[in-house]
Amino acid sequence: MTGQPGTESFGIGSLLPAAAGGTVAMLDVRDLHVQIAARHGTVRAVDGVSLEVGNGEALGLVGESGSGKSMTLRAILGVLPPEAKITSGQIVLDGVDLVPLSNSDLNRIRGPKMSMIFQEPMSALNPVMRVGNQIAEGPRVHLGYGKAKAAERALELMRRVGIPDPERRFRAFPHEFSGGMRQRVMIAIALSCDPEIILCDEPTTALDVTIQDQILRLLARLCAESGVSLIFVTHDLPVVAQLCQRVAVMYGGQLVETGDVRDVLLDPRHPYTLGLVRSAPDVDYVRESLVPIPGSPPSLVTPPSGCRFHPRCSFAEEDCTVLPTPLRELPGGRSTACLHYERCQEAVAADRAGS
Amino acid sequence: MSAAQTVPDDAAATTWPLLAARDMAVYFAVGSALGARLRHQQHMLHAVDGVDLDLARGEALALVGESGSGKSTLALALAGLRPVNRGEIRFDGRVLPARRSRADQRRIQMVFQDPYSSLNPRLTVGGMLRELLKVHHIVPPGEAEAYSKELLSLVGLDEDALRAYPRQFSGGQRQRVAIARALALRPEILVADEPVSALDVSVQATILNLLRDLRGELGLALLLISHNLAVVRHLCDRVAVMYLGRIVEVAPTARLFADPRHPYTKGLLAAIPKLSDNPAVGDGAVRSGPAVVGDPPSALRIPAGCRFRTRCPIAQPVCEVEDPALTHATLDPAHQAACHFAFAPAQPAAVVPEPLRKE
Repeated sequence: MTGQPGTESFGIGSLLPAAAGGTVAMLDVRDLHVQIAARHGTVRAVDGVSLEVGNGEALGLVGESGSGKSMTLRAILGVLPPEAKITSGQIVLDGVDLVPLSNSDLNRIRGPKMSMIFQEPMSALNPVMRVGNQIAEGPRVHLGYGKAKAAERALELMRRVGIPDPERRFRAFPHEFSGGMRQRVMIAIALSCDPEIILCDEPTTALDVTIQDQILRLLARLCAESGVSLIFVTHDLPVVAQLCQRVAVMYGGQLVETGDVRDVLLDPRHPYTLGLVRSAPDVDYVRESLVPIPGSPPSLVTPPSGCRFHPRCSFAEEDCTVLPTPLRELPGGRSTACLHYERCQEAVAADRAGS
Repeated sequence: MSAAQTVPDDAAATTWPLLAARDMAVYFAVGSALGARLRHQQHMLHAVDGVDLDLARGEALALVGESGSGKSTLALALAGLRPVNRGEIRFDGRVLPARRSRADQRRIQMVFQDPYSSLNPRLTVGGMLRELLKVHHIVPPGEAEAYSKELLSLVGLDEDALRAYPRQFSGGQRQRVAIARALALRPEILVADEPVSALDVSVQATILNLLRDLRGELGLALLLISHNLAVVRHLCDRVAVMYLGRIVEVAPTARLFADPRHPYTKGLLAAIPKLSDNPAVGDGAVRSGPAVVGDPPSALRIPAGCRFRTRCPIAQPVCEVEDPALTHATLDPAHQAACHFAFAPAQPAAVVPEPLRKE
């Protein structure tokens, strides 16, 4: 780590783009814990998650509903629901820890440094404000642009995200747009202040497959052109394969496997990842029968001891029920939380031989 | 009309498939009724606009297409839950009347997308099934309980589920209850509208496997509506692709995936993300154009000629004037496509059209 993140006073000056930091991670989440106070106990929604996202890198964060992937994203952006609290951990963006920051300090980061694209653009956009003004709002507030300059910026962004006829559509309202076009507007807003990282919460789940393809291509192009980093939360493994270089798999509030997208999805080293891959129908090959993951996700109030996946795991042994299972490094820049990951390797090899 | 309904034509019945739709159309009135009276003209949205469809006994047919293509409306109309504006629906060769008899209703049952809103929250599963069996006289009242238990074991639920309310189940279990409810009437056709879209990936597999097993066990015909072509490939014998209220291509599943003939089907297949395909890594970062450009046009203003021409990479002048009908190659009547060039020896060169300008 360069610089002294802890001693740096936080002001508007530190919001300017930092000098190219070489291989230093742009976003570094360290041992993040998020807890939600509920009537039946404390829900440990995120339980010791550490992530790194490099410059211009797209990281896929996958898992079932309730695995804590959206909660991790919301914690990074600082928009947790009121009953949820970050209890420990650091979220370091460009050398600044975001966890202790006040809301008004965060407001100066959200927009110019990081922004978010939501799943349902219709509920994220303001229905009574012209689309062009919504895109121009960020530059006016955060970059100090005048009205004319901001409008010009909005038109340029609308062109960049592929909205046809931007001069006319500038004055349109969100309801006049199709789902795909609304998502393009969301992307234009997210890009409006040149952020360094964009957090995406299932941005293509509500879209048709042809429109999803258009949006994924757009995001991939923007990443390559402008060097913006992405965290892409989804439950759809093939979508991650299209867009991301690295993937992190979450289960029960913890990371269970990380690594290069191709390695993790095609040759998993954790039985949960293997289960996800086996249960998802893929167009490329038809299996005799899909293999579902038995059982249901763990309670996050009283999670199972040892490995949280052991009650549903066909490879589980006695040590899985007692030993803690932190992520362990494997050769090839990947890591797994599984104590018996060789079993996975064997199962994948058997699948290959059988198909 | 009533003659055709009461005297089934035995000679015709042998040649008709189990369910057949001919030139079926479903319209929605849009805009205010007052506006329509002032203009002396009602704007109509053509959700389904001239569809021919066959479903054989025991067959699994998929309907795929983008949202707004009319696939759900077509399914509702086939199940008798929406009135049809034009065309006819035949069951075993007999034309179904606009108001179906209870016996006809029984033979086509439906499973909906969202198991959270399609089950009555105030009825236990047992109560729900009891009511259904009583109304349709499926089994004598004394045997209702035993029959219900049998149904639950068929869909993989415990007997205890009879006393439980829908809220006590997980999403996957609710969808099982919905399937048990549909099967209670011993239907011949099960219409499933996106049965797994609302479920988690790991649960989707259990429901898909269940549908596949039930088909084998009960000899059910299945009409599966889905936007997910991977699901379709896993489950169905034949696929019909819909675009703006029309079927543009229909073929046996393996052939549709191996050799799509309509440009829209080609685009749809190319747009599916695949696990093994990772263009973002390495040299693949520079990507080609999207599989299908633009948005589908509004069903209120359907383009003249071929409906797909505004997004079609091989559109020609003829496509603007002539609406292509479903045709097939001479040797292969099972594979049909509605494109002027689907079975032409040489296809026009692909040009990416300008993104559609909406007016």
